[in-house]
Amino acid sequence: MLTDRAPIVSARLGHEDSHTLERYLATGGYEGLRKALSMTPEQVHEEVNAASLLGRGGAGFPAGRKWSMLRKASTTYLVVNGDESEPATFKDHLLIERDPHQIVEGTIITAYAIGAAQAFIFCRGEFALGLERLTQAVNDAYAHGALGPSILGSDFSLDLVVHPGAGAYICGEETALLESLEGKRGFPRIKPPYFPAAIGLYGEPTVVNNVETMSNIPWIVRNGGAAFAALGQGSSTGTRLFALSGHVERPGWYETEMSKTTFRDLIYDPKLGGGVRRGRALKAFIPGGVSAPWFFPEHLDMGLDQDAVGKAGSMLGSGSVVVMDETTCAVRAAWRISRFFHRESCGQCTPCREGAGWIDKILRRIEDGLGREEDLDLLLDACDNIAPGLTWPPRQTTICVLGPSIPSSIVSGIHQFRDEFLLHVKEGGCPMPPDEVRHV
Amino acid sequence: MARLSAENRRKAEAIVAVYPERRSALIPLCHLAQGQDGYLTEEAMEDVAELCGVSPAEVRGTASFYDMLHTEPVGRYVIAVCTNIACMLAGAYEVLGHAEERLGIHSGQTTPDGLFTVEEAECLAGCDKAVCVQVNHRFFGPVDEEGFDRLVEDLAEGRLEGTVPPHGVLCRVERSVGLPAEEPAAGPAGGAPARRGGDS
Repeated sequence: MLTDRAPIVSARLGHEDSHTLERYLATGGYEGLRKALSMTPEQVHEEVNAASLLGRGGAGFPAGRKWSMLRKASTTYLVVNGDESEPATFKDHLLIERDPHQIVEGTIITAYAIGAAQAFIFCRGEFALGLERLTQAVNDAYAHGALGPSILGSDFSLDLVVHPGAGAYICGEETALLESLEGKRGFPRIKPPYFPAAIGLYGEPTVVNNVETMSNIPWIVRNGGAAFAALGQGSSTGTRLFALSGHVERPGWYETEMSKTTFRDLIYDPKLGGGVRRGRALKAFIPGGVSAPWFFPEHLDMGLDQDAVGKAGSMLGSGSVVVMDETTCAVRAAWRISRFFHRESCGQCTPCREGAGWIDKILRRIEDGLGREEDLDLLLDACDNIAPGLTWPPRQTTICVLGPSIPSSIVSGIHQFRDEFLLHVKEGGCPMPPDEVRHV
Repeated sequence: MARLSAENRRKAEAIVAVYPERRSALIPLCHLAQGQDGYLTEEAMEDVAELCGVSPAEVRGTASFYDMLHTEPVGRYVIAVCTNIACMLAGAYEVLGHAEERLGIHSGQTTPDGLFTVEEAECLAGCDKAVCVQVNHRFFGPVDEEGFDRLVEDLAEGRLEGTVPPHGVLCRVERSVGLPAEEPAAGPAGGAPARRGGDS
């Protein structure tokens, strides 16, 4: 069921000038910060715990609990992850360009709650306009007294640095992001320690939170954690910004109440996705970024709920839904996703570095009509070497979760569309039509 | 060309100053150097190394990890066509094929006049505007074959000068605040950020 709850993180985006300080102040901006500074850091933390805000980056770890795990130390850092690169995900991009002050305010409040005096926003390098808007927002926030020494007359001081990435998917992994922020290659760090809250930036305890997570904080402080927790259902509280793409009539971003909205609503509701393009039948959809196993028409009535999607064998992940209609070639789709992982593997771990390359090449030869029947088993064997047992959630043989994300699309594709894979082999080529160019 | 100009050196020092450890400035400084010359020259990497307190080999070794940093010259306009899943479903490979034909080069190559480089990109987070294209990291989309031709003509005739700076120029807004020299003395509890500033 589609509810008409007012949006939280996208409330301002209807305004042309939503990125400016003027518009931000005219729409409740920095009131959350003022309120937070009248509370103790512990009270702010308690409101976020009460909200049960799940991290919006992909793993869905409760934000408040992450903050509780910080090792006590004299220096603590806050790093905001704005390195959005999970294919088909574009909600952080939107928030960075269109409401940078909301991120800055959430960052300041969070830094106050965890006792950080230095924060960073790691912004994906390809977001040139986003970097300009964030930098301007920091300049303006300083001028407004919301950053720097004695914020809004309090005894809390904070500096915030906007840091550009340089093009590497792996830097969205929080320990790789910290390495990159230290001026190094984006190599994920060996675990344990499992959380940067123990050993993070420059070896100090660090909280790494996603851009959308930060964007929810001002509203939570203004309205109280209970008001946020009243939205959604079960552990999936609040609203979420979903990114819808692929073969739908109305690709775009839609902020809806979590859990209560279903995939069918998101894809077919005339106010949201508006249905599969040209009235075609739905073949499959990816429920949460390309690392997630695929879903099929029988999953349409499931709510956009982290636990429900997890139990059904996939994940809500980064909140991006890719729709594939009946003309889509399952081999080509699985190949393109695998090729991405091949290109973006950092190369530290053999199963990921070599496995992704094998899978990319085998899928490519099947699509090109040069495949063999036994290639299907070979693909599954390669996947099994990356994530033994091919279970969900996947087992891990590598330093980070990039590797274990590779099998998702291949296993989904072969299990559901085995005949289509074999037809490629039998016919010596792709039996599906080429992709149609979208004209606008 | 090559060494960081006096103006860029001033900017580089300001960037180094905002980080607790100077090596953190390595990537921002590479962007700065790339904004000056369009790619990373050997001399600029030496300057970045000196400013960050590392060896030039470490700068090159780090830069080579990242897709956006080029250690060889590229065109004035780097056109990146996303072909990842959402754009592929919207016909990205057809658009990329058209782009290669129109410019007479393959993906990864530069036109002989040095104006255009075309690249096949991974997801650029513009999936609602598939097929999504970036020129020097400025977004365009949805782009079809005709749209691509118009884009190339507009670029060649200088009609997008204001929107699309030459390759390498990333963030045109400079941080103007909170630099250490301007900061008042640290307050009490939770005072001004402690800066270590030394070599890592």
